[in-house]
Amino acid sequence: MALLEVTDLVTRFRTDDGIVQAVSGVSFSLDRGQTLGVVGESGSGKSVTFLTVMGLVDPRHADVTGSVRFDGNELLGASFSTLRKIRGQRIGMIFQDPMTSLNPVKRIGWQLEEAVLIHNDVSRSEARRRSLEVLDEVEIPRADARIDDYPHQFSGGMRQRVMIAMALINQPDLLIADEPTTALDVTTQAQILRLMKKLQDEHGTAIVMITHDLGVVAELADDAAVMYGGRIVEEAKVQDLFAQPEMPYTWGLLGSLPRADITAARLEQIPGQPPSLLRPPNGCAFNPRCAYAFDRCRAELPELRPSPTSGEHRFRCHLDDADRLRIWTAKKAELTSTEGTAA
Amino acid sequence: MDEGFALTRFVLRRTFWAFFLFIVATFVTYVIFYVVPANPVSLINGAGGTTAGQHLRTTLHLDVPVFQQYWIFVWNIVRHGSLGYSFLDGSSVRSVLGREAPITGSLILGGAVLWLLLAIPIGIISAIRPRSLVDRFGMIFVLIGVSAPAVWLGLILAYSFGFKLGWTPIADYCNFFPTHGLTLCSGPARWAYHLVLPWTTFALLFAAIYTRMIRASVMETLSEDYVRTAKAKGAGSMRLLVHHVLRNSMLPVVTLLGLDLVALGITNAVWTETVFNLHGLGSEIGYAARVGNLPMAVGIVVVVTIAVIVLNFIVDVLYAFLDPRIRLST
Ligand SMILES: Nc1ncnc2c1ncn2[C@@H]1O[C@H](COP(=O)(O)OP(=O)(O)OP(=O)(O)O)[C@@H](O)[C@H]1O
Ligand SMILES: [Mg+2]
Repeated sequence: MALLEVTDLVTRFRTDDGIVQAVSGVSFSLDRGQTLGVVGESGSGKSVTFLTVMGLVDPRHADVTGSVRFDGNELLGASFSTLRKIRGQRIGMIFQDPMTSLNPVKRIGWQLEEAVLIHNDVSRSEARRRSLEVLDEVEIPRADARIDDYPHQFSGGMRQRVMIAMALINQPDLLIADEPTTALDVTTQAQILRLMKKLQDEHGTAIVMITHDLGVVAELADDAAVMYGGRIVEEAKVQDLFAQPEMPYTWGLLGSLPRADITAARLEQIPGQPPSLLRPPNGCAFNPRCAYAFDRCRAELPELRPSPTSGEHRFRCHLDDADRLRIWTAKKAELTSTEGTAA
Repeated sequence: MDEGFALTRFVLRRTFWAFFLFIVATFVTYVIFYVVPANPVSLINGAGGTTAGQHLRTTLHLDVPVFQQYWIFVWNIVRHGSLGYSFLDGSSVRSVLGREAPITGSLILGGAVLWLLLAIPIGIISAIRPRSLVDRFGMIFVLIGVSAPAVWLGLILAYSFGFKLGWTPIADYCNFFPTHGLTLCSGPARWAYHLVLPWTTFALLFAAIYTRMIRASVMETLSEDYVRTAKAKGAGSMRLLVHHVLRNSMLPVVTLLGLDLVALGITNAVWTETVFNLHGLGSEIGYAARVGNLPMAVGIVVVVTIAVIVLNFIVDVLYAFLDPRIRLST
């Protein structure tokens, strides 16, 4: 049985301008100890998907349908007390901005201890002992001297380590990391990713890694899901996705991937704007920006269908197999030729 | 930065600011009264220009230029701790104000306690339950408070609760500390009893604004990232509110309170004291201004300035206590 099984998840926000459908029928599953990389541009619904999984979208403004099964239990519609027991205990979550994600008026130690005390009937000194332990584990130097500091006395990278420590302190089965490195500099990013990998190896935690950056997915994930306009548009084993991406949006993402072997000059941004979720385009959400769109793309939403090579690799695109193969082969040649000139 | 050094700098800056405020406030009062002169000698004996008047002029130092008068005033404070004597009856300004300041202080501080007791719970509940019954009633209450003039509100309260229902006194003040004498009304219970209506007037005026502000502040805090973090940790609603929302959302309230207690407090005290026949600084300053009783007016300015300085200091300390970022960086 999968640890997390999400089926047909739909999240709609009621706003003053109308209904914003941020997530439109997302399904995926994640096994214990595995890592799922979720990529997509800003506004593609990555955060909302996982906030919905955690039950953290406000029911006063949002309607949610579908199913979220965690370890066999349905979370959608579960009582607040059931959800509370799962949050922080069995699912840990870390957020994009470590500068604002910690309470500025509480000491680091207090915030870590709180995570322990909410879920365990232990003394404060025991909670403190565990806090120190986990601070050591996330490699905060001189943890015993820093534990009574306030968040503003920590750098961004250190705060993100604290966030990781806090999310992992109760040894959850699943860690949802929402762009944990976006706000950090490149060196710190690499350190944080390495740390997450190490902790996963030690504890067997499953990870959902939400990111803009396919590079992060390549490095860390087993499976990858590409999101666009509130839908999964392509999903596959990571190596399959990189070897043979099946649809134009993913090609664009790969083209804009800053890699050491591609010169910055050839870095290709996907032209155009992400779709409006308030008034989404007809047909395929990507069609207004797609260089290969034809009439059908503007009329009909493509189903998520298996690729010719693997049943686990699925994508949304109306282009037929031959066309896609031809276009990708040409693109790949272009990307590798850049590599040639760079060398 | 070195913490000791930071503290010294802070104290120095505050002291300098206090002096600056004191000089500006008192000097401006002097100049205003000089530009719009009422002849104090005529206040005292009905007619100026007589020999007796000339004599008075000299004792009151009215025959010297304004700068010199100001200098004499400052010197008297420094040398004798004296604020001078009333132009009206020659009584010591210091002792008059010493009697009146506690009245105004009781009025404003008691009112503040009452308005916070109203505004904090209503503000918080309407923030966590927007569009609920409490929120809607709060809104009506706010509208009344914001649009009602103090005099009107005071009169309505005095009429209905004091005069019609006879629940509360509608005038006069009793000392907080028991005084032994037959005529003087005193003691905490009677003190509070006599102040119920003035306090309520005050509280209704300010509770409105504070309810709005606390509601906005709590709502803003609720949408902070760290509140989401706490939810993701599995914190319950009560824990969320008490540990993650309240302290952070009270920061702007503390700042505003420091300002309001003095500025708006005194302005509204003028009306409230008049309506409820309390002889405090508020009614005194109105009178002093009307008749041109310069020493009394300047004396009140001095008291108010001191109140501003003290309150600012308290706000700073409270702020530093509430917010560790301030504590370590100022
Ligand atoms: N509370 C809300 N009310 C209305 N719309 C919302 C709300 N939260 C999110 N949205 C909308 O849902 C869409 C998806 O947002 P989401 O935060 O999931 O994007 P994302 O993929 O995480 O982007 P980013 O990479 O910038 O974090 C956005 O268009 C956003 O404006
Ligand atoms: Mg996001």
